[in-house]
Amino acid sequence: MTAIVSDTTSIHAALGLTDAEYDRICELLEREPNHLELAMYAVMWSEHCSYKSSRRHLARLPTEAPCVLVGPGENAGVVDVGDGIAVAVRIESHNHPSAIEPYQGAATGVGGILRDIFTMGARPIALADPLRVGPLDEPRSNWIAEGIVSGISGYGNSVGVPTVAGEFVSCETYRDNPLVNVAALGIMPTERLVLGRATEVGSAAVLMGASTGRDGIGGVSVLASAGFDEADDGSTKRPSVQVGDPFEEKRLIEACLELLEAGLVSGIQDLGGAGLTCATSETASRGGTGMEVDVSVVPLRQHGMEPFEIMTSESQERMLAIVSSANVDRVLEICSRWEVSATVVGRVTGDGILRVRDGVDGAVLAEVPASTLHDDAPSYDRPMRPPADLALRRSVDPAADPTAGSSSDCAADLLAMLADPSWVYRQYDHQLFLNTVVGPGRDATLLRLRDPRNGTPTGRGLAVSVDGNHRWCDADPRRGTAMVVMEAALNLACVGADPLALVNCLNFGNPTHPDVMWQLSEAIDGMAEACDVLGVPVVGGNVSLYNETNGTNICPTPVVCLLGVHPDLVRRPIADELPPGTALMLVGPPGPAVGAESGTDASSPGPIALGGSRWAWERRDCRDGALPDLDLAGSAATARFAAAAVREGLVRCAHDVSDGGIAVAIAEMCCHGGAGVHAKVPSLGGPAPAERALFAEPPGRVLVAAEAGDVERLAHAASAAGLASRRLGSFGGSRVQIGRFAEPGFDIDVALDDTLARRRGALPQAFAQTVDGEAA
Amino acid sequence: MSVPMNVSVGVIQFPGTNCDLDTLDALAELGARTALLRSDETSLSGVDAVVIPGGFAHGDYLRTGAIARFSPIMDAVASFAGAGGPVVGICNGFQVLTEAGLLPGALRPNAGLSFLCQPQQLAMASVHHVLGHGLSPSDQLSIPINHFEGNYVCDRATLQRLRENGQVVMRYVANPNGSVDDIAGICNEAGNVVGLMPHPERATSELLGSTDGRKLLEALLYAAASTRQAVGHHAA
Repeated sequence: MTAIVSDTTSIHAALGLTDAEYDRICELLEREPNHLELAMYAVMWSEHCSYKSSRRHLARLPTEAPCVLVGPGENAGVVDVGDGIAVAVRIESHNHPSAIEPYQGAATGVGGILRDIFTMGARPIALADPLRVGPLDEPRSNWIAEGIVSGISGYGNSVGVPTVAGEFVSCETYRDNPLVNVAALGIMPTERLVLGRATEVGSAAVLMGASTGRDGIGGVSVLASAGFDEADDGSTKRPSVQVGDPFEEKRLIEACLELLEAGLVSGIQDLGGAGLTCATSETASRGGTGMEVDVSVVPLRQHGMEPFEIMTSESQERMLAIVSSANVDRVLEICSRWEVSATVVGRVTGDGILRVRDGVDGAVLAEVPASTLHDDAPSYDRPMRPPADLALRRSVDPAADPTAGSSSDCAADLLAMLADPSWVYRQYDHQLFLNTVVGPGRDATLLRLRDPRNGTPTGRGLAVSVDGNHRWCDADPRRGTAMVVMEAALNLACVGADPLALVNCLNFGNPTHPDVMWQLSEAIDGMAEACDVLGVPVVGGNVSLYNETNGTNICPTPVVCLLGVHPDLVRRPIADELPPGTALMLVGPPGPAVGAESGTDASSPGPIALGGSRWAWERRDCRDGALPDLDLAGSAATARFAAAAVREGLVRCAHDVSDGGIAVAIAEMCCHGGAGVHAKVPSLGGPAPAERALFAEPPGRVLVAAEAGDVERLAHAASAAGLASRRLGSFGGSRVQIGRFAEPGFDIDVALDDTLARRRGALPQAFAQTVDGEAA
Repeated sequence: MSVPMNVSVGVIQFPGTNCDLDTLDALAELGARTALLRSDETSLSGVDAVVIPGGFAHGDYLRTGAIARFSPIMDAVASFAGAGGPVVGICNGFQVLTEAGLLPGALRPNAGLSFLCQPQQLAMASVHHVLGHGLSPSDQLSIPINHFEGNYVCDRATLQRLRENGQVVMRYVANPNGSVDDIAGICNEAGNVVGLMPHPERATSELLGSTDGRKLLEALLYAAASTRQAVGHHAA
């Protein structure tokens, strides 16, 4: 064994380990670790790999349901969708790498998530990218945003997996810390399911794919598990960002799927965060075995790499396959045909020890019990406390805020909140594999579900929606997160699908701040409550902490990816087109947010809260206020109603009311349908009655467009489901006119053409502006 | 239009090709017998027509199509094309055909320097080629594009020749990428080699938004059947 480095006690701090964690390692090993061992513990016990701050809270999420084949803790969640088909789903974050090097940060996020999917034996069929960036009128944020989108486009398109869904949100809270989350879906025959474990002693560990370089060393510990501060603009952390090669990944996908198809590997694991250390120790630890790794045979990209660099490098496009010795030659042959490098770098042992050697029988460089890297990782019950000014902030009514501007122009507010996301998604191949029935830019994406054995359509569909809302979660992390889950369910309903399973990406600030831990804990409870009501299990997730800059945390941003199933694609939304006279209806939980069809709103319900609304934040610059009430059961019932109405052809199309309120939702329907509208919306009481009625965001509401002759049937069906419904008006004409019941005239009256032009131009202009500005 | 029976089409797969299976599916659905041909093969296995599908052959490294043109199978494709066999390059396949010298000109990055995946309105310009049967020069088609390098360029003399010979196959109704003369697809002088940027295989089902791509693929099957009758079956 190499000499123990004498100054490891100061090295451990540089590697991101606390003194207590260092002491614990000494206790586990019954000696001081050497430098290599210390580096291995540092990456494996990092927040990113060990979930040490969040583990005890995550345990409160519901994870079981009959459809669940694999729950949280493996590379991806896997659910049974019928017909012998299993779907693997996973979401991850690549926030900090993208803050430093937007293109590569986002690109390698795509690569990593795909490996998690095909590791399970599934062929990746779709990607989704929820993105959050700073204000687009600032050159740096603009550069980050453009780089992120280019990175996803450059990698995802080339690797040959369509990007079919996403979000694009801009807010000051993400100025220095963008959120780049990425989700992926894969399909496989249920019998093909493979788990990343090494059970057979004597098997070979085969390292496949790219050579190992110095890129990404310490990515999980240096980058992902610490915030940014003023002295560091990110340039010193740039070497911790990996560089992606989508062509290598494409060949790796094909080679791995062929190996799995041929049954030549017993376990397979991608090398992501913490590289070879994580892959070898996880496969061994899960299989209850040990592993010997020979660093001298690992193909290297650079000369003179130290063993600790080889063991912790996060070089992309690498996989570790566990192969019976009898199959090694065939595995190497298949890899060679796909031009994928493959090298036997180790073997499975029975002693539970992860042993790193220099040469097959060479010097032992590290020797630690494999399970201690995982099972003995620390778990912290960090202090948590709601912010001191919580009650005060919630007591504010943004519409009554005396510091805000006076009465606003509702039409201007509406137009300012419209943005067509096609500038983003047209840069992504969203059609490959010929599955995209409803593409990006709509409530949810709907894909054909085909049998992975032979490509035969099942007639059914997979639906996916990715959702987050930092404004809601900032106002109230618990209710806000529940609202996010419900919104995702409503989104699926709008394409006629029922929710099946959920994965989450929890983007929060510094967990050593008690208010951040409180947000995280509250968000998890809110998610659990909503999932329970929907009957949806959480089958996987990712926690991204330390999203902070100069001690300021981002707004809490849990993002969910909800997977759904559509029973019969023939019965999908009829069409976007809205012929003149098409009725506009609002359906939702009973209560003032929908109101009664008759009457004049005389019995005013008291104001619906505007806290956390996009209008309050963006148009009144007010982040205070309470969230509107949430009726979980009523929202779930609305989702079931909408899904059924779409499938029965009772509606032409449906659209949920979300950020920006009912005015934005109606205007979006007009833009998609190419029709004007004249509509009255329910009054929601309180000060600024027009703005409140138009832009408040009470949850659980959905708009439907229906033939005038079907309105009565819909109203009956809604009533039978215990829901309120109300006809708001009709589509037609060339103007978007929205007013309030019992009020004369319209609060908003703009030309459809102007609405379309503003919506279409919003993002192209935001990006062109900076380019022009720089050129000038 | 009735689809000819028993036509076989080979779809070439380079490392990095990704529209190969979609193209096979679309052709098979029209009744063609299909074969996936790997780029390291040296024979076309007696197929009646060849499609070079979209994707990122060899990662598009160096330049789109620049490495793929040296693949062993490209010699066989050149001989097949020289003998009058129908060859169609879609998107990356178009780029490969220009690099291989089977079609004139080149495809540069889009004028907006951004990848574009979107439905596109196209106007047929000529029908004297292997994608023309059953179509007329006044036809408009809606077929998606999906490319970063779709900006067709050629020198002035070549452009004049393309126009005079009726080698412009289709044009964009609203030019998305800066292509000279709005060109979306061209053919060689004989009309048996066609390159186009739009993806007909992505427009073969009402469920996916358009069926206009079927017309082009059906025309290819017709051409393949006709050529086979004219020149006899190619040796395996």
